[in-house]
Amino acid sequence: METLDQIFVLAKHWLVARVPEPLAWLATILLSIGPLITVFASCFAITTIVERKALGRIQNRFGPNRVGPFGLLQPLADGLKMLIKEDLVPAQADKVVHLLAPFALVVPAWLTFSVLPFGRNMTVIDLDAGLLFFFAVGASSELAVFMAGWSSRNKYALMGAMRGIAQMISYEVPLVLSTVAVVMSVGSLSLPSIVEAQSAYVFGMPTWHVFTPWGLSGFILFLIAGAAEANRAPFDLPEAESEIIAGYLTEYSGFKYALFFMGEYLGLFAITGMGITLFLGGWTAPVSFLATTPSWFWFFAKFGAIIALFIWVRGTVPRLRMDQLMKFAWKFLVPLTLVNLVVAAFWHFSGTWQFPGAIFARWLLGAGFIGGAYVTLGRALHTNQFPPRVYAYAE
Amino acid sequence: MLGTGLIQGLMETAKNFVGSYHDEARLVTVQYPEEKIPAKENSRNFPFLVYDGEDPQAGLRCVACQICEKECPPKCIYIVKSKDKKPDYTGKAQLYPATFDIDVSVCMSCQICVEVCPFDAIKMDQVFELSTSDRFATLLLKKTTLAKPNAYFHQIHPTDAAEIDGRLAEEKRKAEEKAKAAAAAKAAAAAAATTGTDPKAPPVGGAAKSPTN
Repeated sequence: METLDQIFVLAKHWLVARVPEPLAWLATILLSIGPLITVFASCFAITTIVERKALGRIQNRFGPNRVGPFGLLQPLADGLKMLIKEDLVPAQADKVVHLLAPFALVVPAWLTFSVLPFGRNMTVIDLDAGLLFFFAVGASSELAVFMAGWSSRNKYALMGAMRGIAQMISYEVPLVLSTVAVVMSVGSLSLPSIVEAQSAYVFGMPTWHVFTPWGLSGFILFLIAGAAEANRAPFDLPEAESEIIAGYLTEYSGFKYALFFMGEYLGLFAITGMGITLFLGGWTAPVSFLATTPSWFWFFAKFGAIIALFIWVRGTVPRLRMDQLMKFAWKFLVPLTLVNLVVAAFWHFSGTWQFPGAIFARWLLGAGFIGGAYVTLGRALHTNQFPPRVYAYAE
Repeated sequence: MLGTGLIQGLMETAKNFVGSYHDEARLVTVQYPEEKIPAKENSRNFPFLVYDGEDPQAGLRCVACQICEKECPPKCIYIVKSKDKKPDYTGKAQLYPATFDIDVSVCMSCQICVEVCPFDAIKMDQVFELSTSDRFATLLLKKTTLAKPNAYFHQIHPTDAAEIDGRLAEEKRKAEEKAKAAAAAKAAAAAAATTGTDPKAPPVGGAAKSPTN
């Protein structure tokens, strides 16, 4: 079991030992990057087909079922199509920026994976400020979005880029604020140590952060803000087909379009991996008697579950309007994440309570506080609707 | 409360997702090349020529009157009359089309040819899988491909075909009766001629004059 858990680490060490000494550093790097890119690129391919299938089923359709058995080779066909498509660049476009934009999106998206712990001892770089690195690099995708929108010299592209940046910057705030609660609780920005902090078991049950009042609400807030950060439905306004064609992707075709598409999914994967690491105990098993099973299995099981949740939500919720999107971020998510911080602080300091039933009291107070804020904010925002429309000239 | 609508929506889509796997009736998709919906009886696209009997060319109802050719709004019909004649369903000698072409790439499926045909010879088909790699030759349908049996007409437009068959049978019966009466009159006239002269007896050819509509 121990070997199976560490099989990838051991394989890497075995391979590095076969490489001559002066090149060992290069082999180490390549053997970290290669599997990462392979695994998540295939995750991207699998997600596209699973998503299309699931969305089809949600709408009582079959979904793609023509290429290969059950349509499972559809990603292959899509990729081939993307590769052999003509790469059109508008005559008026800023050609250099237009070319660089897809790379500026994909490269940071890959970089964010370097700090995520995929299993025990399976972190590419264990940075002390891993969380900070993750969000700093992740935020640079906004630049790529604006590069794409601006260089295309197309009004839809520019509008898409403006929307994209407004949305990403707005949702960055609740996203980071919801993770601060975890940092407060653990006292570290290093992602492996955040996972270690959740790896204990009480009565056979895990001590994941999601099983605390602040963790549960923080996880939900993180998923909502993360979906918006990854331009994921229902927050896919930057690419709203019905309004602005494809947003900042309008003037992209062929493989550059595929790169953008991949960058977006990679962003979603990174957010998912981060959510798992922060709130769902990373690679730890959900029950103590399964603790000996491979850690990477649990990471990818949780990963699949969260991706499925995102697909489910995409198939359910219609797209927001721009003002609703902004209102939701600033008037609802940001106050709730701030309240969540207070609850996290309360949970941390009430950890010393010794009287019997203290855990229930802590839960009741914490959940009551965040729930009360949720209901109050919901009511307050709901009554603040548009006034009844007056038709001045209709009389 | 805020968020209940989201939960309801998620439940609904989950129901659809699970339901579509064990309730075939939910899936409305007809997977076209493998499955097909039978065409509606009144659906139509391009014309075809009806023939009676066994031989597609000898049995054509068309008498090359060229009314459809003249009436066709986009002028997609091209007819060349035959030099000789052959008997039609009432036994009367008629012309037949030596050439009958319909360019279905021009045809607009208006059915005017069918409306104007006095012989019920041209009818609307339901074949729609006509795509070809060649824009010219394969879309110009010749007489040989246009000719389809009356049984096929019954199959695609049963009500229409039954009504027309009844009418044609009635006409044939009338024509036969008239021919019989004419033959009788002729016999009577011949008898009268042998006995004496009857100038009011009809001329011989008059009885065979077309009784059609």
